[in-house]
Amino acid sequence: MNDAAPHDALDDNRQGLIGTPVDRVDGRLKVMGQATYAHEVQEGGPTAYGFIVEATIAKGTVSQIDVTDAERCEGVYLVMTHHNAPKQAPWGPLLAKDRFARSAPQLANNRVDHYGQAVAFVVAGSFEQARSAARLIKIRYAESAGRFELAPNLDRAVIPAGRPGREADSRVGNFEPAFASSTLQIDARFTTPVQMHAQMEPHATLAYWKDGQVIVHCSSQLLMSAKNAVANTLRIAPERVRVVSRFIGGGFGGKLPIYGDVILSAMAARILKCPVKTALTRQQMFHFTTHRSDTIQRVRLGANADGRLNAIAHETWSHSASFDNFYESAGMQTRTLYAAAHRLTTHRSVSLDLPVSDSTRAPGEAVGMLALEQAMDELAEQVGIDPIELRVRNEPLQDPERNIPFSSRQLIACMQDGATRFGWSRRNAKHSAVKEGNLWVGMGMAAATRGNLLQPSKCAVQFDDQGVLTVRMAMTDIGTGSYTIFTQVAAEMMGVPMAQVRMEMGDTDFPPTPGSGGSFGAASAGSGLFDACTQLRTKFARKFGVNAKDVTFAGGRISGAGRSETLASLAGSRGLDAVGEIKPGAMVKKFSQQSYGAHFAEVTVDGDTGEIRLRRMIGVFAAGRILNLKTATSQAVGAMIWGVGAALHEHAVIDPRYGYFVNHDLAEYHVPTHADIPAIEAYFLPEFDDKTNPLKIKGVGELGICGAGAAIANAVYNACGVRTRDFPLTLDKVIAGLKLQNTLSTAGVPPHFKS
Amino acid sequence: MKSFSFEQPATVQAAAASLATHADAKFIAGGTNLLDLMKLEIEAPTHLIDINRLGLDQIETTDDGGVRIGAMVRNSDLAAHSRIRIDYAVLSRALLSGASGQLRNKATTGGNLLQRTRCYYFYDTARPCNKRVAGSGCSAVAGFNRMHAILGASDQCIAVHPSDMAVAMRLLDAEVETINGSGVRRVIPIAEFHRLPATTPHLETNLRRDEMITGVKLPAPLPGRQTYRKVRDRASYAFALISVAAVIDASGERAQSARIALGGVAHKPWRVESAELGLSGATINVKSIDAVTDQLLAGARAYSDNDFKLALVRRTVHAAVAEILKNSPQWK
Repeated sequence: MNDAAPHDALDDNRQGLIGTPVDRVDGRLKVMGQATYAHEVQEGGPTAYGFIVEATIAKGTVSQIDVTDAERCEGVYLVMTHHNAPKQAPWGPLLAKDRFARSAPQLANNRVDHYGQAVAFVVAGSFEQARSAARLIKIRYAESAGRFELAPNLDRAVIPAGRPGREADSRVGNFEPAFASSTLQIDARFTTPVQMHAQMEPHATLAYWKDGQVIVHCSSQLLMSAKNAVANTLRIAPERVRVVSRFIGGGFGGKLPIYGDVILSAMAARILKCPVKTALTRQQMFHFTTHRSDTIQRVRLGANADGRLNAIAHETWSHSASFDNFYESAGMQTRTLYAAAHRLTTHRSVSLDLPVSDSTRAPGEAVGMLALEQAMDELAEQVGIDPIELRVRNEPLQDPERNIPFSSRQLIACMQDGATRFGWSRRNAKHSAVKEGNLWVGMGMAAATRGNLLQPSKCAVQFDDQGVLTVRMAMTDIGTGSYTIFTQVAAEMMGVPMAQVRMEMGDTDFPPTPGSGGSFGAASAGSGLFDACTQLRTKFARKFGVNAKDVTFAGGRISGAGRSETLASLAGSRGLDAVGEIKPGAMVKKFSQQSYGAHFAEVTVDGDTGEIRLRRMIGVFAAGRILNLKTATSQAVGAMIWGVGAALHEHAVIDPRYGYFVNHDLAEYHVPTHADIPAIEAYFLPEFDDKTNPLKIKGVGELGICGAGAAIANAVYNACGVRTRDFPLTLDKVIAGLKLQNTLSTAGVPPHFKS
Repeated sequence: MKSFSFEQPATVQAAAASLATHADAKFIAGGTNLLDLMKLEIEAPTHLIDINRLGLDQIETTDDGGVRIGAMVRNSDLAAHSRIRIDYAVLSRALLSGASGQLRNKATTGGNLLQRTRCYYFYDTARPCNKRVAGSGCSAVAGFNRMHAILGASDQCIAVHPSDMAVAMRLLDAEVETINGSGVRRVIPIAEFHRLPATTPHLETNLRRDEMITGVKLPAPLPGRQTYRKVRDRASYAFALISVAAVIDASGERAQSARIALGGVAHKPWRVESAELGLSGATINVKSIDAVTDQLLAGARAYSDNDFKLALVRRTVHAAVAEILKNSPQWK
């Protein structure tokens, strides 16, 4: 992609499929229980079941492991420990180009690097037999002291290795003196806790070997990375690995890497010469898979009396596993969101002996915006202007650090549209001004933004003599609606009904795609598909004998020069096929690409108990062309609910004595329930961004979480005057700042009770 | 594999007799707690006695105008029963504030009284827990203890009883009816049913080893209005940080009596009857409610993460009392 995308068939939208809220093409399969997820696949013969034994220390070594009792159990086929695990490649490399393709060995030695790491693996005739035998393994550890908390270890923070365009630090102008001389100053410290992906579908694998190739059914967002990771770990050629993930029950970044369920199942299947199936339990997911790092953030805003920013700084700290180099890029959005002459952003990483931190839905912005957008709210109050007006006054004309134009930017339009829909004008600018009974009522808003990405991707299409278009790519649908939107694009491009499109994904035997992650899936795989269809149209036109510019595709026919023919007959018995490809190019360097939005929330705060409840929430987004209003809206609403969880509920609590997450189940790791989620609405502004990709779309999946929690935090402040900068905003933090209101003395209680 | 035998007795007496004759037997009713604990091998019975076919699922009026609730009455059915909704609203509300619709459809009256604590460390077999393994130590005292006790705890255990239902029953002076393997019946006042941890946190009730709960008897309805206020970290499907069950007789010109019970603060539902004696006639006011709260909290101790509970109890008692008074029509 080196130039703006020209006018195309999707712009014509002859069938009207693009943008239409069509139902999911796989919806019926899913509600009928016919969509087979990894753990449900039965393939390769009689299956054995694996159970992973996790380390119950956070750091040290396994000094003794006795598997005698476990091996004696009925139905047990294999007990694997570091003593008998097959040789694998060492972990890494640290500086891998694709960190999700790293070698990820299991049971390689007796070292324990984090709590919950695999220390043994039991394979038996049933899950229950394996689990029960696993509990009979006796393990002795030599435990060593570890570091588990971010705040006490900030002095050990290092500057993480960034990459071109995403360096760890950025400086423009001279922040310190500019901030010092600013009329208005905000200097606030925020903390966000460790958060979990908590996917509905636990990680699971079915692995078996056939003709020297290992076939792995697992729950993976990035199939090509998974394939390479298996090959790298087992030291076999990538061609000898096939990874299949047809249906995935939620990814959120937690299925970007592969885990021990894949490697252990593959190794055991090779030894036992039968399929091995392993699923993580819900409790195991907390330590065995990745999480979002906690963060400490300092935001400083220096502004003139009218609120125009002169200086902006966002400094962030997060943790990485002792052997890893991931960091939470919480300050990135601050490089591009608001204008200011003097700027500073930093990222620091602290190595801790915790399980591995990695991407979680909107890594960076999801927690960075919680801080930045609360600070902006505080500044608006200091200036004495509406928070939207503050953003209007700080709207940059171009990217303020890269000094290049925005590909498209409707931040203010989103705010204005949202304000109207929400009834923002009814907000009382003074906090603690609205009370209904014993409930304080408040409204808050925040900006949303998320970087837009495009990755290389390929796609194969084939049109047969039955009029069926088959699309194949090693792409995934992690619950986002990929099957559906690609079907819409393919059908619209070729002028056939959606029912005539056979969308085949989730298999590394198909052309490579970057998979689902970073909100780049639709744009990248969709552009590969678009290119394949464009080429196929050209082939049809050539065969039809009319210039591609002068034909139309509609109703399963190609028409032009006064003639018309069915595509099926033109394709003939041999069919017509094409392979398409997209490569990111100069446009990412020429244009600053982000999606934008605005969140509005109304909350109540119980004056007695401090309980915060969301009353209603509206998000308005501009994310390029919307391919399917229904699936895009679901993405946005789901992400906003993540924002509610981040603001009010989610908190994986670290017990520094043991180096683990205390509340490692969904009873005590709270995510919002239905009762926590009242009316939430998401809207999209019309937008076509021809600088981003041929589809003129932008990423949708992560945008809705960015800033959502800040809108709630700002509404809490507006309601009751308590500004909590440590997430989640639980009632104990609220009542610490709320006077006992003496409800017994309030209206409605008979007078003689009040004395 | 951990195996267990499974039995479906036909009569209550046979069920109780079976319990008496099997060393490591457990009843299974709704299974909403037991099955989770068995998967983690925190409970490892060698014999399971399914009591789902014994009846015990009726709610009947007793001679003294109260009700008898069969041990197998499901939480959903109990909460929806017209007598309960009309005369024991605090119980209905408490039930509906607990768990989820699906769980309430399975969970039973007897099982709810016997549910185990939700202490994070109790559920984690890799951690010391005196309740799980006597003498192994308590991980919660110096650990993460947001949900833990502020009253009646010991240095051996600071877990809380998680039931909402039991708090309402404590307020109502319910009685737990049992039968043992020899057919001997016993009535245990709810105040004496649950135990404080002291040095034996693994003993949670005074139910004898061979006893089976057959039902719960509620005395004749109390005069006045009732409420159950549960404070929690999310709007549903969360255990109480604290809860307040209250009844105030404000039917005349002056309030006649009041009772207050607390949940989420101790190893058992918490009530101090002697404190309530002061609540009669014209004496129900901000001051006297505060005085009762002081007595409820007498000897309270928090453990860092649950410090907030001390203030929260007072705030919520105020809120619950105010809610009752505001809804008493004669005061409008």
